[in-house]
Order: sequence, then structure tokens, then C-alpha cells
Amino acid sequence: MSTTAIREDRSGKGMARVSAALWRRAWLRATLTLTPPLAWFLVIYIASLLLMLVTAFWTVNPFTNVLEHSWTLANFNQLFSSPYPTIILRTVEMAAIVTVTDAVIALPFAYYMARVASPRARRLLFTAVLLPLWASYLARVYAWIVILQKGGTLSWTTSKLGLGAVNIGYTNTAMWVVFSYIWLPFMIVPLYGALERIPDSLLEASGDLGARAWRTFRTVVLPLALPGIIAGSIFTFSLTLGDFITPLLVGGASAQFIGNVIYSNIGTANNLPFAATLALVPIAIMVIYLLGARALGAFESL
Amino acid sequence: MTALRTKGTGERMKPRNVSRAAGALIAVAATALVVVSIIPAAASAGRANGGLTPPEAGAPVATSVGKGEGKLNLIAWEGYAQPQWVKPFTAATGCKVNTKYAGSSSEMVSLMANGGGGQYDLVSASGDADLRLIYAGDVRPVNISLIPSWKNFQSFLQSPSFNTIGGKHYGVSFEFGPNVLLYSTKTFKTAPTSWSVLYNKKYSGQITVPDNPIQIADAALYLSKTDPKLGISDPYELTQPQFNATVALLKQEHPLVKKYWDLASQEISLFQSGTTVVGAAWPYQTNTLVADKVAVAETIPSEGATGWADTWMLATKAPDPNCAYKWMQWMTTPQIQAEDAISFGETPGNKLACPIMDKLQKGSCEAYHANEPSSYFQSIKFWKTPLATCDNGKNDCVPFQDWVTAWTSIIG
Repeated sequence: MSTTAIREDRSGKGMARVSAALWRRAWLRATLTLTPPLAWFLVIYIASLLLMLVTAFWTVNPFTNVLEHSWTLANFNQLFSSPYPTIILRTVEMAAIVTVTDAVIALPFAYYMARVASPRARRLLFTAVLLPLWASYLARVYAWIVILQKGGTLSWTTSKLGLGAVNIGYTNTAMWVVFSYIWLPFMIVPLYGALERIPDSLLEASGDLGARAWRTFRTVVLPLALPGIIAGSIFTFSLTLGDFITPLLVGGASAQFIGNVIYSNIGTANNLPFAATLALVPIAIMVIYLLGARALGAFESL
Repeated sequence: MTALRTKGTGERMKPRNVSRAAGALIAVAATALVVVSIIPAAASAGRANGGLTPPEAGAPVATSVGKGEGKLNLIAWEGYAQPQWVKPFTAATGCKVNTKYAGSSSEMVSLMANGGGGQYDLVSASGDADLRLIYAGDVRPVNISLIPSWKNFQSFLQSPSFNTIGGKHYGVSFEFGPNVLLYSTKTFKTAPTSWSVLYNKKYSGQITVPDNPIQIADAALYLSKTDPKLGISDPYELTQPQFNATVALLKQEHPLVKKYWDLASQEISLFQSGTTVVGAAWPYQTNTLVADKVAVAETIPSEGATGWADTWMLATKAPDPNCAYKWMQWMTTPQIQAEDAISFGETPGNKLACPIMDKLQKGSCEAYHANEPSSYFQSIKFWKTPLATCDNGKNDCVPFQDWVTAWTSIIG
């Protein structure tokens, strides 16, 4: 045993004893190592979420604007009155459309990257996919304003091509385009990971057994890529669900998202309880979404 | 390039350049205010019957400005403490200036809690926050005769009801600006004479207005003139029927609006690209667009306009009152008034600032309306917090919180 070594260590006798004790008790070592990050997680993350949940049941006095700590469901009732259902529906709808769009674009792209491209081309494509993430989110959204606005790059190009000027600036279509662009890398990367892991032998077996390309894709590749699509969709869906800057910058006159209403309730109205209630909506939607994803087997390969 | 700014009854961001864009966005939506109704209730009562006095009304005021304390702590809108005038101030007075920038009126009020906490000396509060600070006892009267430039101020800014109560000045007015009607001169050969263009189907899809609950006041001001049956006398004091009629008008306007703008830069690009041809704006947008050779002009239609006005207010527990007085003196001098007006894009309170503005930037005095006759300023209804307890004595007005909810449903 190391007791002799410990005795010889005169300069740090106490320290040595502590380290010996820790060495003997693995559980203590684990506890001490994990406590700070766990405590941080519990206090900062879980506690703040719980606090939000609790706040959602409080109200603000309309006259003094002071938080009233009496339990009420008023905020939840308000959630079901106009215009909030429309806003929630609009947000979820956009998140769903963006997710589908990204999945459709990302699938062939990621397939090419993972299974067709040479290693050199693959590196290039990877860089191309990730490069936009280096630029600020804001800069990219602003770039799209320049492209989509009246007399912008898009309408200039289409009118030169004889298609007539296309003006989709400040509309929900503009939001769809910008969201799909911004979150695309978050779909491509997990999808690439899933496609890359498909063993060649499976595709060969499928071919040997007489399946043509389309059938192999439908019955072999797609099911194996599904966990990747779902992982990517969690990103694209939840990121769209929580965003408020893109609606604000490229959206039109009816572009309020859940995030925008939360923002105005915190910043403008100082109605924290209602903001908290609204903030629970995306969380609830994501929980349902994740449960659905689990039912589809998205987490089995984790 | 000056690009992103947003302002509201209270929540205002005043960044001066693109590098601050991110910050501006985070604080983006303009606006405002928390209605601490009890306090403003007292304010209204005070105006109505003259019986209620602010807690600090009896506080002794300085009779002279002594030697500076060597430091000064400010709470200010971003852009109000530029090195351009802070450095010479420190050189002249020995007062080292520390500035805490606030993003909203609510933030200013909470920073000033407990008389500035013995930490802050002055706050550049907007009209909507002033009465809350005064009736909470967070600011105290100043001796206005110690501010020499005050006598040169526009008369309507010398003792306005939002910072002067019972003849006591709770600070000195600083600068202000109107909310104007911006229009494309290609579409409008002559200036529109009414805000009705914003509600006209003819301009459907070419209209832009601020994304800000206080915008309801603009509609109320319009209705006060065009629908006298409603009996609106003050656009910030609306009874429920008046409020409902105003909200109904804004809901009618909604399908005509192309974009509710949150940042001045958004409106600028909407007009640059020709997406919109008419909208509610600040002189800042007009001036930026005109400088860019965009065919636009601004006007204050016959119904009048809303506007904002800021005041430097003295904290009750200001640790450096001498430096604070020196700052109020400095910031009201014609030179600094002119510099701030041009740098920030607003109108100086000091009438003598006009020639200096023109010297700093040709035509800027006229561009920011600093040389207008008093009738122009009388047509501006300055922002104040809508309160349940309004001046009609019946306490039946719609409070600001309901304005916010209604605004969400209008633009929802």
C-alpha cells in the first residue's frame, strides 16, 4: 500500500491523508467531483425553471404593478383568449414548416456528403455548411433583408430573368426562407452523422437482394436516417419556436411569435407572470415533441 | 453610420452606430412603462386639487454651487454622455463622470429607487418616468436660478407639468423631439394635412408605424379631432369607450400596415427601398433619408403630434450635488445642447443652440425644428404614462398595462 509513501511525504502530510482517503472511497471522490456542476445545474437551471413555473400562477396588480403572490389561473385563461391562440399556432406552424423544409433540403445534401463525396469534397462541404455559423446571426438576417426587400437582389434577379419582380420582403414567406436558411446546418450535421454510420454492407445486401435504388433508400437508408432527422428537427423546431429576432426584423405586420409577446410582456408591460406563462408554452410543446420523438425510436441509438 | 434606435414611452435605446446593433436588438422593442398607479394617482390628484405634495417638496435646495466633489454618477440614455462633451466638462470642473446607461424608463426608475441609493446623482428621465420619480421621493427639487441657461429655454420646457410641481423644479429639461408624419414626396406632391393617410386604404401595404403601445395615443389624438363625439381631450387619458374606439381604428389600420417598425433603421430601409410611402417617424429618420437623397419629407398634420421630452433630475440622496449642478449647467449651455441635438438627433431645449447647430452642421437647426415658432411646440402632446386615475376625477381611464395588452391584440 501507499502508506509508506504517505509517511515520507512530510511537506504535505494533511494533503496526502486527504488524497488517500479519497482514493479509498470512490463514492466520496465522485460526490465531490460532481457536486459543484450538479449544484450549479440545479440552482441555476432547474431552480429558475421552477421559479418561472411558480411565477406563472401569480399576477401583477394592474394599479400598482406590484407582483401579487396569490395563486390564480388567470394567466392561463388569458392564454386561451384572442390573440394568443393565433400567435401560438402561427409559431408552431412556422416551426413545423421550417423543420420539414430543412429536412427535405438536408437529406440529399447530407447523403451526398456522407456517402458520395470524396474526402476532400466532404471537408469542403463541411466547411461550407459550418462557415455561416461563424458570422453573427444578426448579420445573416440583415443580409436577407437586403436580398428580399423591394428592389433587392431577389426581385432584381427575377425581373432580369423576365419572371417579374418578386417582393416577399416583410412577409411570413420571408420569415420561412430566413428561418430555413439559418437553421439548416443544425439539420445537416446530425443527419450526416446518422447517414455516415450506415454500414455499406446493408446497402450492398439490399442491392443483392434485388432492391433498386429508390427501394433501398426508402426501406434501408431512410429508417436508419430517421434518428438523425429527428435529432436535427429538435434543433430546428425548438430554435424557431423560441426566436423573436427574425420575426421582428424580416416579418410583416402580422409576425408576432411567442417570443415577441414574451419580450413585450417583460420589457414593456412589466408583466412577468404572464411572460412566464407564455414561456411555458414552448416548453410544453417541446416536451410533447420529444415524447413523440421517443415513441418513434429517435433516442434508441443514443 | 447611425442606424439602430428605438424608443417608446420609456423604453428607448439610443445607440449611435452599427457596432451597437446587437445591443439595440436585444433591447429592441421600444417602449415602456410600468404604471405605478398609486404614485401617479397622487400626481393626478396633486394636479387636480393642488393638495398633494411630493415627499421631497420641502427638501432644502442649494443656494449656491460649491466646489465639485471630484466625481459624478449618472443614469442616462445611451448617447447622452458622449466623450465629446464629458471630457471638457471634467477638465473644466474636475468632476469625473461615471455613466450607467439604462435601456428603459422602468430600468431608470428601479435604478433610482431609494433616492438613487446614495450612489447616483442625476438621471436623464423621460416625461413618462418623471412623475413616478417625483412622487416616490427619489428626486428632489433643484434651485433653477442656479442654472443660467434655463431662462433661454423654450417656454414650454421651462416649467412643464411633467417635471415641475407646485412651482418646484425637480430637475432641468434637456432635449425633446416630435413624432412626425414621414411621407414620400413621389407619392405625395403636397404634404398630407391629416394623419388620416395612415388609415387610408389607398396606401394599403405601404404604411409603417412604430411597434409601440404608446402608438395608441397617436390614434387617439387623431380621433380627438376627427371624431369629437368621443370627447377625447387628452390622448393619454382615455376612458374605456374612448379607448375601445381608438383600438378599433388601429385594428382597421392593421391590414394596411406593411411593417410595425422597432428600430429607426428599419423604417429608414423601408423608405429607402420604396416599400412604404408613408408612416409615423422621428425627425432623425427624415434627416437620415434626406441626407441619403431619398425623396421624403415630414410634416406635423393639422391634428398635431405626440412627442417625447427628457429631464436631468437630481437624486434625493445625490452624493455629489455640486458636480450635479455643474453638469446641469453644462448640459444646458447652447454649445452642448447643439452638440447633443446633432449627435443624438433631437431638438435642443435652449433657444440659443440654433446658430451653433447650423455652425456644426449646416441646416441642422431647421431640420430638427429648433427654430420653430411656439405654435409648433404647442401642437406636440408629450408622452406621459396612461394612468387609471386620470384628471377627469372619475378614475375611469385605461391604465398602461391595458394599452400593452391591446397593442398585442392589434398587431397580433
